Amino acid sequence: MDATLSGTPAGQVLAQKPTGRISDPIFVGLLWASGIFVLILLGLIIAMLFEGGLPALREFGIQFLWSTSWNPVTERFGAGVMVFGTLFSAVIAVIVALPLSFGIAFFLTEIAPGPLRRPIGVAVQLLAAIPSIIYGMWGFFVVVPLIAAYVQPPLIEWLGPLPVIGALFQGPPLGAGMLTAGLILALMIVPFITAMFVEVLESVPPMLKESAYGVGATTYEVYRNVSVPYGRTAMVGAVMLGLGRALGETMAVTFVIGNATRMSASLFAPGATIASTIANEFPEASMGSLKLQSLLQLGFILFVISFIVLALSRVLVRSKLKS
Amino acid sequence: MASLARRRATDYTVKAISTGFAALSIVLLAWILWTLLSRGLPALGPQVFTRVMGPPGAGGGLLNAIVGSLIQIVIALLVGTPIGLMCGTFLAENGRGTQMANVVRFINDVLLSAPSILIGLFVYQLLVVPLGGFSGWAGSIALAILIIPVVVRTTEDMLNLVPIGLREAAFALGAPQWKVVTLVTWRAARAGIVTGILLALARAAGETAPLLFTSLGNNGWSLDMSRPMASLPIAIYQYAASPFEDWVALAWAGALLITVGVLTLNILSRVVLAKIK
Repeated sequence: MDATLSGTPAGQVLAQKPTGRISDPIFVGLLWASGIFVLILLGLIIAMLFEGGLPALREFGIQFLWSTSWNPVTERFGAGVMVFGTLFSAVIAVIVALPLSFGIAFFLTEIAPGPLRRPIGVAVQLLAAIPSIIYGMWGFFVVVPLIAAYVQPPLIEWLGPLPVIGALFQGPPLGAGMLTAGLILALMIVPFITAMFVEVLESVPPMLKESAYGVGATTYEVYRNVSVPYGRTAMVGAVMLGLGRALGETMAVTFVIGNATRMSASLFAPGATIASTIANEFPEASMGSLKLQSLLQLGFILFVISFIVLALSRVLVRSKLKS
Repeated sequence: MASLARRRATDYTVKAISTGFAALSIVLLAWILWTLLSRGLPALGPQVFTRVMGPPGAGGGLLNAIVGSLIQIVIALLVGTPIGLMCGTFLAENGRGTQMANVVRFINDVLLSAPSILIGLFVYQLLVVPLGGFSGWAGSIALAILIIPVVVRTTEDMLNLVPIGLREAAFALGAPQWKVVTLVTWRAARAGIVTGILLALARAAGETAPLLFTSLGNNGWSLDMSRPMASLPIAIYQYAASPFEDWVALAWAGALLITVGVLTLNILSRVVLAKIK
């Protein structure tokens, strides 16, 4: 940059190379390259997981996706039990987290007095910052014994004998199992869902809410009939994000799900998710073994499921927030 | 329409339940922290920081795990931050409004929430298999891949807060683009960008799953990045699931250390972010 242009002959100024003639294309090139890098990264992740798991898919065929056998001795592997466990535990998590998030978001946007709003909001967000393995330890040492002692026995006694829903409450009160995994996952995804709910609710035009208040609606009625319908699309997206997070959570689930590769409809039965199986069985799978290839194939399946859920979530969230 | 008294009653009930839910989340947070303090603090003696991991009953510490974690995180930051920073800048400056930027933003958002264990499997396939073994490098790269999307997101958000007029003023003075970005835009958004890096650091510090298949863990003292390397989360995982009391106690001490570190980083960055916004 030449700050003293005045006084210099015009020719000299023109002869001077404009700064940035060479450096700018390099800089812009670097920026584009880093953008392309992120795209390549995703492509590579998908490609390498698929390629690594391909031998397992060849060996077992497409039945790998739903076959429920997982037998390291006979080397018969299938993803059925883990896919079921992944979806089951994540759905429990969302069912539990949804009312909690609706309530906390309502509290933070409409009820909490001004000075309390931020500290409580931050405290809820800190739940998201706690590492997964800490949830696992807390779940394993604190929550599992409590559930085994105080939650499962009465539920098994009261609800177990009932027709149809009784199937959900079968088995010994082990503590570890689908329900515990779902509850811990719920606690882990509440902050994500709540944060996005709050963001959406705060974007509701005040005019809409004031009109409702003006005709005599209560706070809850405004929340239910004005704010939530206004942000519905983005809120569905927020729930999908929570679901996506729950699907791939590893360490917390590994500690509390019981790690049994058996299919069971009971909430109390130990089970396995794709992520927990990979974490658990990887140490026993030697490089290049069929087991390892099956685990990689499991990883690919998990990636596809999470990608679809997360992509859907993003489309829903952005579509609303943009307008 | 229901009677006024009933509508009021519903309103109060829902408010009470919502307040209860908010209180419940605080109680659960406090419960987790209390568990960590009550079990971790008694085990947090000086030997945790001065001795390497040892066999059960030998009075070992976590020194090698702490050092291993620090090394891997620092290298992950050195690799991941520049890429994330450049990519975030691309989204906010050059790419703004282009189709390419929309795609990159979309993919980045997906990567941000992608299961971290799959990043571990990916790096296993990418580095561990071809190089023939687990290594500190592989662990660092896995953490770097986790860091990038966090930095991209915060960098873009923060650069978008910088007024256009500031850039126009710099351009009007004849500054080339790289100078406008590095000396004006980045500088204006400095605090926010650093916050993003701190948040990424907090995320990387607590991640266990991606290290399982990359740096593996190491019970002895090793600074060799091309060999398996210890890390705090892996040591906690290994010790917490063990049947030995002193190992479990050490796991709680490590858990307390990680959580305090991660929460401090989070609160710090939130304070800074609140000031910016």
